[in-house]
Amino acid sequence: MDRTPPRVAGVGLTHFGVHPERTGRDLFAEAAERAFADAAVPREDVDALYYGNFMGELTEHQGHQAPLMAEAAGLTCPATRYENACASSGVAVREAVRAVRNGEADVLLVGGAERMNNVGTAGSTEGLAVAADDLFEVRAGVTFPGAYALMARAYFDEFGGSREDLAHVAVKNHDNALDNEFAQYRQAIDVETALEAPPIAEPLGLYDSCPITDGASAFLLVSEAYVAEHDLDAPVAIAGTGQGGDHLALQDRTDLAFAPATEAAADEAFADAGVERAAAAFAEVHDCFTIAEVLALEGLGFYDRGAAVGAARAGETTADGDLPVNLSGGLKAKGHPVGATGAAQVVEATRLLRGDHPNSDAVDGDVGVTHNAGGTVASAVVHVLEVRS
Amino acid sequence: MSDDFTPENPAPDGEYDAWLDAVDAGDGYHLVCDEGHGWLPPRRVCPRCGGDLREEPLPDSGAVATFTVVHVPTPSFAAEAPYATVVADFGGVRLTGVARQFEDLAVGDSVAPAVGEREDGERLLLLERA
Ligand SMILES: [Zn+2]
Repeated sequence: MDRTPPRVAGVGLTHFGVHPERTGRDLFAEAAERAFADAAVPREDVDALYYGNFMGELTEHQGHQAPLMAEAAGLTCPATRYENACASSGVAVREAVRAVRNGEADVLLVGGAERMNNVGTAGSTEGLAVAADDLFEVRAGVTFPGAYALMARAYFDEFGGSREDLAHVAVKNHDNALDNEFAQYRQAIDVETALEAPPIAEPLGLYDSCPITDGASAFLLVSEAYVAEHDLDAPVAIAGTGQGGDHLALQDRTDLAFAPATEAAADEAFADAGVERAAAAFAEVHDCFTIAEVLALEGLGFYDRGAAVGAARAGETTADGDLPVNLSGGLKAKGHPVGATGAAQVVEATRLLRGDHPNSDAVDGDVGVTHNAGGTVASAVVHVLEVRS
Repeated sequence: MSDDFTPENPAPDGEYDAWLDAVDAGDGYHLVCDEGHGWLPPRRVCPRCGGDLREEPLPDSGAVATFTVVHVPTPSFAAEAPYATVVADFGGVRLTGVARQFEDLAVGDSVAPAVGEREDGERLLLLERA
C-alpha cells in the first residue's frame, strides 16, 4: 500500500444534542456544508461519500441512507454506508483512508449521522441494544449500559477501583466540554453529583453514561498530491489506521475486563503510522460510559491493565495532565450520535492539532489518537493523526 | 397452531429454541472443541481455533462472573425491571441470563439455569442462585 498519508482538508459538525425534530438528512447536510466551508475543495472534485450510521432503520425507517446523504451534501457520486454499531463512522474513516492511499480516490467526503431523540429513551435503549447478540444477550435483558456495567463490575473484581474513580472521568469530560460550542453538556459537575445520580445499570449511574444525542459529522479527506496540486492548507494527516475485532457477545470473550480489539487496532495503527505511543499528545477515546474510557486507555497501551481506573482522579488525563483524554468532552459530555461519533473524533482531533479548537492550548505535540468502539468493543478502530509540513 | 408465521405464532429460532427446550427439560448442553473452548449453538466450528465441536452436558450450576442490576430496560423488559443480568461460568462455557432475586448477589455465587417467561410470553434464560 502507498504509505503517503491522506490529509484532512476541512471539517464540520452539527451541534450535538437534543434535536428530535431534525431529520438525519438535515443534520448531515449541515455538517457537510461546514466541512466544505472549511475547505478550499469544490464539490465536483469529490469522488465518493463514506458514511456511517447505526440505527436509521429503527429511528427513521430509513435504510439505504448513503445516496440520500450524498444528495443532502450537494453531491452526485458513489455513496456507501458503513454499519459497525457505535464504530460505524470510524470504519468509514478507515475505509476512506485506505481508498486514498490505494490511489483509488483523491477527494472523499467522510462522516456520519444519527437521529435518536425522536424515538425517546425507550426507543433509543432498544436501538442501542441491537448492537449486542440478540439471542444470547438481548433476550437475557442486556442493555447497552448493562453490558458496560457487566464489564465495570468484572474490572472492579479483578483490579479494584471504585465508582468514585469513574466519577472523576465524568467530571473531567464535563470540564473539557465547557468551551465546546458543539457539545451537548456544557455544565461542570462534581464527584458527589455523579455518585448520587440515579442508577442506570449498577454499578453505573446516570453520570457514567453518555447522553442520547442527535448530530452529524463530516470532513474532507484528500490525497497529498491533491493538496500539493491545489496548494491547500491541510496540515493534519491521518498517518495510521488500525482495526480490531472480537466475539460479539461478552460471555464469549476470554476476558471480561479488557478489550483486545482495541489493543489490536492500536498496535496496527501505531505501526502503520510509524509513531511511538509516547509521541501522542492527546487521545480522543470512546467513553460511551466512564468505564469505557478506562478500558480504552489500557487497550491502547497508554496504561498497564488495571492501572487506568485512577488516571482521571490523579490528574494524568485531565487537560493539564501528561496525556489529556477527551479534550472535546468525549462521548460523555460532547454527546454520542452513534453513527457520527468516529468521524467526529477525527474532526475534533484535527482542530486540536490545527490550533483552532478551544482546548488546543492543552495540546503539546504533533500527534493525536482517536479510538472508536462498536458494541462492547467487538469492533474497534484507531487512527493516528499527525501534523505534517 | 397453523403453519403460518404471525407475531403470535413466530418462527422458532432453530437451534436457539431447541437449546432453550433442552435447558427447560434439565438436559442443557453446550458445544466444545478438542481445545476445550465452549460455545452455545448454532456453531459449526470453534471461532477460536477452527476445530470441530461436540455436544457436552451443561453443568447443573455455574459461578457468577459478573452481574448488573438494570434499572433502565429495553421496552420488552419494562415489566421485569429492576432485574439482574448475570454472566456465569459453567466450566467450558459462560451463560448470560436474568436473576429476578438479586439482593446481596455477589461475584462467585452459584447459580442454576432455568427457562422463565416474560410478561409478554417470550421465554428467557434465568440464572437464579442455586
Ligand atoms: Zn477451539
